[in-house]
Amino acid sequence: MVMGAVFNLDHPAHTVDWSFIHLSVANVVVIVLMLIVFFLAILLPFPNAKSRRGDAS
Amino acid sequence: MSSVSSPPPASPAPSKSWTVKVREKAVEALPPERLLPNGQPTYVASWIYLFGVASIASLIVIIASGCIIALKGPAWWHYTGVGHFFNSIHLWSVELFFFVMVVHLWGKYWMAAWRGGRARVWMTGAVTFLVAVPCALTGYVSQQNFDAQWISTQAKDAMNSVGVGAFFNLTNFGQMYSYHVLLLPIAVVGLVAAHVLLVRRNGVVPPFELEQRRAALAAAPSPADAADGTTGGMQS
Repeated sequence: MVMGAVFNLDHPAHTVDWSFIHLSVANVVVIVLMLIVFFLAILLPFPNAKSRRGDAS
Repeated sequence: MSSVSSPPPASPAPSKSWTVKVREKAVEALPPERLLPNGQPTYVASWIYLFGVASIASLIVIIASGCIIALKGPAWWHYTGVGHFFNSIHLWSVELFFFVMVVHLWGKYWMAAWRGGRARVWMTGAVTFLVAVPCALTGYVSQQNFDAQWISTQAKDAMNSVGVGAFFNLTNFGQMYSYHVLLLPIAVVGLVAAHVLLVRRNGVVPPFELEQRRAALAAAPSPADAADGTTGGMQS
């Protein structure tokens, strides 16, 4: 059985237009998610990071 | 039959065969303890260092799911539930592959991961990304549906506009499928293998702060600095 998409896809893509930049909303969402994950990866503490560094000193 | 006592054979001269030369060069370039180390430097204890191995994990899922749908064919991946499932696994692992690879690229760009003789590590990573793009594109045009037709006719114009349309015919399913399941995956896997071996050879790039501290210690070493354990940061 072929199921339909969760979202209604039966329309032209929504786009974000800014000067020469022309992006679909789907791509903008992915880019924003990548930025969020990137900054979380830098900011969130890694488990046991301090003890690992302490072991090496 | 009489027993004949012959002198013991002389020890063979050192072999100069190509296998010996290759082995010696390989061990010299990448000793086993560096190829498969006991641990990683302590500065690797950060989430940002995980996106390289996340890319490899995604690539493994891509190849495994791709092998399965290649075995069964388009009718299976379009018209059966299990086929749809593996087709979706293949699609979403590709999406995840590019997602984590871009985060990996950003992380390495902002820490200038080409420092300390790591230019080839950076270049193999960048080329892997560039080769992965047509690998994915040829997959989208190999779906055998209207989506593939639309993408191939759009991409055909792009190829023609840059002058390579004579070599890559996006509307030729056989050619695109060959690129997708053989030529480009071999290139991606080979580049990833080279990338990982170069990382093993050169080590993971240290943070700027640690590199500056090492340079300062190398310039003016003192017993106090050597005693406080700031010289290496390596975990055995």
